[in-house]
Amino acid sequence: MSALTQEEAKGLIQEVLELYPEAARNDRAQHLAVNEPGGEESGSCIVSNRKSLPGVMTARGCAYAGSKGVVWGPIKDMIHISHGPVGCGQYSRAGRRNYYVGFTGVNTFGTMNFTSDFQEKDIVFGGDKKLARMIDEIDGLFPLNKGVTVQSECPVGLIGDDIESVARKSSESLGKPVVPVRCEGFRGVSQSLGHHIANDTIRDWILDKEAKVEGGPYDVAIIGDYNIGGDAWSSRILLEEMGLRVVSQWSGDGTLAELRRCSSVKLNLLHCYRSMNYISRHMEAKYGIPWMEYNFFGPSKIAKSLRAIAAHFDDTIKEGAERVIAKYEPMIQAIIGKYRPRLEGKRVMLYVGGLRPRHVVGAYEDLGMEVVGTGYEFAHNDDYDRTMKVVNEATLIYDDVTAVEMERFAERIRPDLIGAGIKEKYVFQKMGIPFRQMHSWDYSGPYHGYDGFAIFARDMDMAVNSPVWSQLKPPWK
Amino acid sequence: MSQSAEHIMPCHPLFREPEYKDMLAAKAAQFEDKPDMDKLEEVFQWTTSPEYKELNFKREALTINPAKACQPLGAVLCALGFKDTLPYVHGSQGCVAYFRSYFNRHFKEPIACVSDSMTEDAAVFGGHPNMNTGLQNATALYKPNIIAVSTTCMAEVIGDDLHAFITNAKKNGFIPMEAHTPSAHTPSFVGSHTTGYDNMMEGILRYFTLNEVHEKQVGSNGRINIIPGFETYLGNYRLLRRYMEAMGVGYTMLSDPSEVLDTPADGTYRMYAGGTTVEEIKDAPNAIDTLMVQPICMGTKTRKFIQDTWGQPATAIHPPMGLAWTDAFLMKVSELSGKPIPPSLELERGRLVDMMADSQAWLHGKKVSLYGDPDFVMGMCQFMMELGVEPLHVLIHNASKQVGKRLKKILDEHPFGQSAQLHIGRDLWHLRSLVFEERPDFMIGNSYGKFIQRDTRHKGEAYEVPLVRIGFPIFDRHHLHRCTTLGYEGGMYILTEVVNTLLAELDRKTMGYGTTDYNFDLIR
Repeated sequence: MSALTQEEAKGLIQEVLELYPEAARNDRAQHLAVNEPGGEESGSCIVSNRKSLPGVMTARGCAYAGSKGVVWGPIKDMIHISHGPVGCGQYSRAGRRNYYVGFTGVNTFGTMNFTSDFQEKDIVFGGDKKLARMIDEIDGLFPLNKGVTVQSECPVGLIGDDIESVARKSSESLGKPVVPVRCEGFRGVSQSLGHHIANDTIRDWILDKEAKVEGGPYDVAIIGDYNIGGDAWSSRILLEEMGLRVVSQWSGDGTLAELRRCSSVKLNLLHCYRSMNYISRHMEAKYGIPWMEYNFFGPSKIAKSLRAIAAHFDDTIKEGAERVIAKYEPMIQAIIGKYRPRLEGKRVMLYVGGLRPRHVVGAYEDLGMEVVGTGYEFAHNDDYDRTMKVVNEATLIYDDVTAVEMERFAERIRPDLIGAGIKEKYVFQKMGIPFRQMHSWDYSGPYHGYDGFAIFARDMDMAVNSPVWSQLKPPWK
Repeated sequence: MSQSAEHIMPCHPLFREPEYKDMLAAKAAQFEDKPDMDKLEEVFQWTTSPEYKELNFKREALTINPAKACQPLGAVLCALGFKDTLPYVHGSQGCVAYFRSYFNRHFKEPIACVSDSMTEDAAVFGGHPNMNTGLQNATALYKPNIIAVSTTCMAEVIGDDLHAFITNAKKNGFIPMEAHTPSAHTPSFVGSHTTGYDNMMEGILRYFTLNEVHEKQVGSNGRINIIPGFETYLGNYRLLRRYMEAMGVGYTMLSDPSEVLDTPADGTYRMYAGGTTVEEIKDAPNAIDTLMVQPICMGTKTRKFIQDTWGQPATAIHPPMGLAWTDAFLMKVSELSGKPIPPSLELERGRLVDMMADSQAWLHGKKVSLYGDPDFVMGMCQFMMELGVEPLHVLIHNASKQVGKRLKKILDEHPFGQSAQLHIGRDLWHLRSLVFEERPDFMIGNSYGKFIQRDTRHKGEAYEVPLVRIGFPIFDRHHLHRCTTLGYEGGMYILTEVVNTLLAELDRKTMGYGTTDYNFDLIR
């Protein structure tokens, strides 16, 4: 049972739209929908990847966030310069939980913040000289760095700096890659263009500069796993256990060497389609490497994905997949046996980014829970195409939801759990709705793989069944 | 397989299980092109050496691990302290996502703030249309009484004229003419978050008082205005109120977000709560004086406006942190208001002195490295010296040379300030080199210091420098932002944190079983 009927859900959308001035209402109407019976093609019912309206309180970030925060930032043995004023690098420092291991400040740099801290004179006279000097200083102080990326903040693109030229010269003198990334925050409409721009720079400045090497028969790459709370590790272990050789892992706990090795693999395994489909398509076109999407949230999807991956290989791997599924089966049954009775029938609203608004649906269903509303910060239509197929009829779908819309939806639906981000978390907890951050795993994780599912189940139970939610009203009221 | 339904492990300790350790070791060995451990250790040790420090301090262009943020962050905090006020940032939307999440993580509270989402077309043609619809949409959806407009660097670089844009938005009917829309330019390539606070405060005071200032008379309302500055301790707002009330002095807090940043969980989300009212702002020029609790933060535009336009003295004070400067603050309030300092505050003072006497032996001569915003560092140095602690490294990233001179004078004049090294405009990677060169007994600063503690610990137990988390942001400990660091009460909190950190340190060093059985005392 969904929370609302088709009609009720449509009525709710209408009601929320009434809050807007007319022009804004017409715009927002295109981004809110109810999943129709047999809904397959999203194109006709929802519009996405459009500019956010001014003044509405979007949760979206910017292209810099998509490049520095998501795609490039986690490459741990390169140094990523936040090029521009001091804020962007500071706000995005060490907050995403894209875990890695290494000697930070020696051969890995993920939780550090390197910035050019632009001053007025840099805006007036340009930042290119400063950038060149910074790269030299970096190489002097951090000789084990494998390369540098220049993550452009807004002013860089507005003052006419030529970071490409600086990058070429510095790269030559250092003998290491120096990658200029034009991810200024005003480009595009969300983080999404930053992903694309970052993908393109990996293509142009790393991949295509390498000669293709020969790899082994079972070589694969994990692409689009940011290792939040260790997700890529609890995924990798399953792939290795089934007999595959994961020679490259992007970008969570990733290295330059792994980026370079990627052109040798037999199959690219793509977890976050949204942020890394571009480079996967490029490798398919240029190197003939096939790619496939997979989903490591929840045992149903994991088993399905393991088999689909194995189907690309010989019987050794196919048997390996079955062996892995069988191995974890008892543990998973125990987890479901423990938590499903506590979570059965609970209704969930989601609002996340990348792949999660659809990919976690199966994991909730494994626990007997139902997703009654879902939406993306920065999806494109192909994401909604994939989403409509996995959610139930009358599920509310919201693209780039505004703060006021999300509050109204939650007030009416009164879900048993909301999974969204830090900006939403405290709003809904005050309303008495259990909440989990589904970007950072709320400082827990991993959630990928079988080991991750156990933690996912535990965490959802903790949130939904916490004793605190019965204490909101004083006993005398 | 290590996971079981009875014992579910998150990242730690899951990834310490043998199968994960082996997997990560194999990944590193086969695919990462990682230098061997000897090399890593060698380079790590080099980064802790005097030679490295010298190289590190030669940096001219590169900033590593800054101890400051950018202007509009401060503007947002300032705006949140006014009643029914929506902070509105004109420029790129990603900035606002960052400001909100940065404050969310520190306060563990919702942060309402909008952007007008300027994109490439606005970069070319200017953000006027964004301002029009942004103000219109924000007004319709969130019904603020005040929209406080600041800017991101994008809008500043292309030269958008806030005042003209807002005025036109009104003239063209996007929002009513009478809508309250103070504004401030807050370029992130000038100053820091404290500058942004100052600019927004000045913008708000100017907007509501400039045209009526001829009707105002200094001293006519008998009150004292208090401007807290970029203050992230909720307890400090409450302490300032409590002290003024205890003194029986009428006061106006100009910006007080302590309600909106501390709303209850009772089933209702309140987007607005508490804060300074428009009436209070308009009455502020009638006050006897305006005291700026963070005089350096507020020392540029706001002070000038209050002196030049309101004609108030804007009497210079020190931040009321520690004993002497809290004394001075209360005496100043007493002097300005003619009201005596009440026995209740004398009692509170006596209690702090009593605690200082109780703990002095554990603090005397201990060395501290501290960093943070200028007013905070200034006040903290002062209090540490009162406790007999010697500031060793004093680092402020976002202060002018002039401020450095003032602080130097304070340190030079105090017997416990003699060994202090002042580092203005330096970052936390500089601080890392400094604490390796000469180990302090502890550090005081925000959560970013935890990485320095980890590095010192890797060098060896004898080098580890514990971190006392006082400052902003504090992301990795819960609820510390609720505490109080100002006044006598704040002194009690700081003293308790510091002395117990040092005692815990002593335990750590003396809990060797069968080896260091001395000084591992039950009673201290």
